[in-house]
Amino acid sequence: MNPILDPLAYQFFLRALLASVVAGTVCAVVGSYVVLKGLAFIGDAVAHAAFPGVVVAYLVGAPYAIGGGIAAFLTAISIGWISRRSHIRVDTAIGVVFAGAFALGVFLYSGIKGFVGDLFGFLVGDILAISAGDLIALLILSAIVLGTVAILWKELLYSTFDPLGAAASGLPVAALEYLFLGLVAITIVISLQAVGIILVVAMLVTPAATAQLMTVRLTRMIVLAAVIGATTSVAGLYLSYWLDVASGATIVLVQTATFIAALAVARTAGILRRQPTTTPG
Amino acid sequence: MTAGYGDRPAIEDIDLAVESGSLLAVVGPNGAGKSTLLKVMAGLIEPWTGRVEILGGAPGREAHRVAYVPQAETVDWAFPVSVADVVMMGRYPLLGPLRRPGAADRRHVDEALVKVGMADHRQTQIGRLSGGQRRRVFIARALAADPALYLLDEPVTGIDATTQDDLMDILEGESRRGRTVVATTHDLAAAAQRFERVAAINHRVIAVGPASLILDPDLLSRTYGGHLLVLGNQTVVLDDAHHHDQAGEGETHYHEDAQRTR
Repeated sequence: MNPILDPLAYQFFLRALLASVVAGTVCAVVGSYVVLKGLAFIGDAVAHAAFPGVVVAYLVGAPYAIGGGIAAFLTAISIGWISRRSHIRVDTAIGVVFAGAFALGVFLYSGIKGFVGDLFGFLVGDILAISAGDLIALLILSAIVLGTVAILWKELLYSTFDPLGAAASGLPVAALEYLFLGLVAITIVISLQAVGIILVVAMLVTPAATAQLMTVRLTRMIVLAAVIGATTSVAGLYLSYWLDVASGATIVLVQTATFIAALAVARTAGILRRQPTTTPG
Repeated sequence: MTAGYGDRPAIEDIDLAVESGSLLAVVGPNGAGKSTLLKVMAGLIEPWTGRVEILGGAPGREAHRVAYVPQAETVDWAFPVSVADVVMMGRYPLLGPLRRPGAADRRHVDEALVKVGMADHRQTQIGRLSGGQRRRVFIARALAADPALYLLDEPVTGIDATTQDDLMDILEGESRRGRTVVATTHDLAAAAQRFERVAAINHRVIAVGPASLILDPDLLSRTYGGHLLVLGNQTVVLDDAHHHDQAGEGETHYHEDAQRTR
């Protein structure tokens, strides 16, 4: 009996392993910008707003990824539009839109007669149930997201750090903002199956926040976040398999524990570093 | 030209020509619309009425030849970038999409860092710098872009005298090379001594002329209104030189210079 190698004999476990590594990586890369832009709440909102899209896709027999993606993107755009065009603060706009969208999802979901276990899986995630077709879609979407981030590396960096300076130097900052919201929407669709709508914000934010504690360079932060995102996803998947508990929740708990450990280390290191200079004088 | 925010105009009937190669200070009290004027010139705000031409085109058309330095308060100082990273951003518009910075870009960055005296701090995270050093880095970013026009919002406000002098030396040098420098400032003494020309603004253009103009008490009282006090030959402006224009939405104000004085 080998607890690490034995599960790899199952096709479904291999698919889940690959999906969790890829989703963990992509979430951490996009999540680094989400953290730096202060968009954690938007990430959560967009994830919840994907639910009505998933339900509608189920009702009409379309792929979940397309329904969820469209709903998530429309929500991200409308949040930006409302806060730009009215006197309503952006956090209020998020609260109104995401609660409304999620309610619409629950409304439609509760009206469906018969077995809807598939849909419930999208709320809390069920990565062991991922199909080969879903996995291929996930890999293609991941390539699109990572490719876009790589191509627009310097534009995203400049417009995130100093939007005014970037706009004045001719970068299309508003277009980049919408494009980034589109990337967030795709990323959420990628990770829906892994951790589900309710917990996906943790996949976005927690590895990136952990990495931010450990470095002051963006490149290193993104690489570290990706490594943390991928390894915690694998660790969480194994742990959930051994304990026979929900995979999404376990992955998120492993990430939370990593963050707390990094916070403790950073604080200790900070105290040690500060000690010599705290001598009075 | 008239421009503003929401339904409130910040500047009205502005009629201003800036000669190329000049070193112009835009002065006026808090809320006079100095920053708004600069943002219109940078193409960040559309004018409501009138026509604006920057380097022969509409604002923003020649963006890669313009370096705009916002008030220092508008960026997140905890952001994980080094001094060299920030200065390299000045090269991005010249590179266009897809291209990565090359050796020539790194040379421009190094030269700019040497000019502002920050070459020893190239790998430092920007949040660890003092207020004056941060300002030097942003001026270096503008220099690295090698622009035809500098638009600087309060470049010498709230920093130590040495940094003020150094930055003014650099801006003077750029103006001598034929580059146009437009800077807003609260510091009337600096405007009078270190700039060639001034534009006094209070929602409208009060006067434009040689820098010595700013010492004229009549002009000052028309620009600053009730904030002005004339004591004998001494003119005192009751305008807090270390207070910035009202913070826009999402802007944070830092006043670390006062605390960091060593």
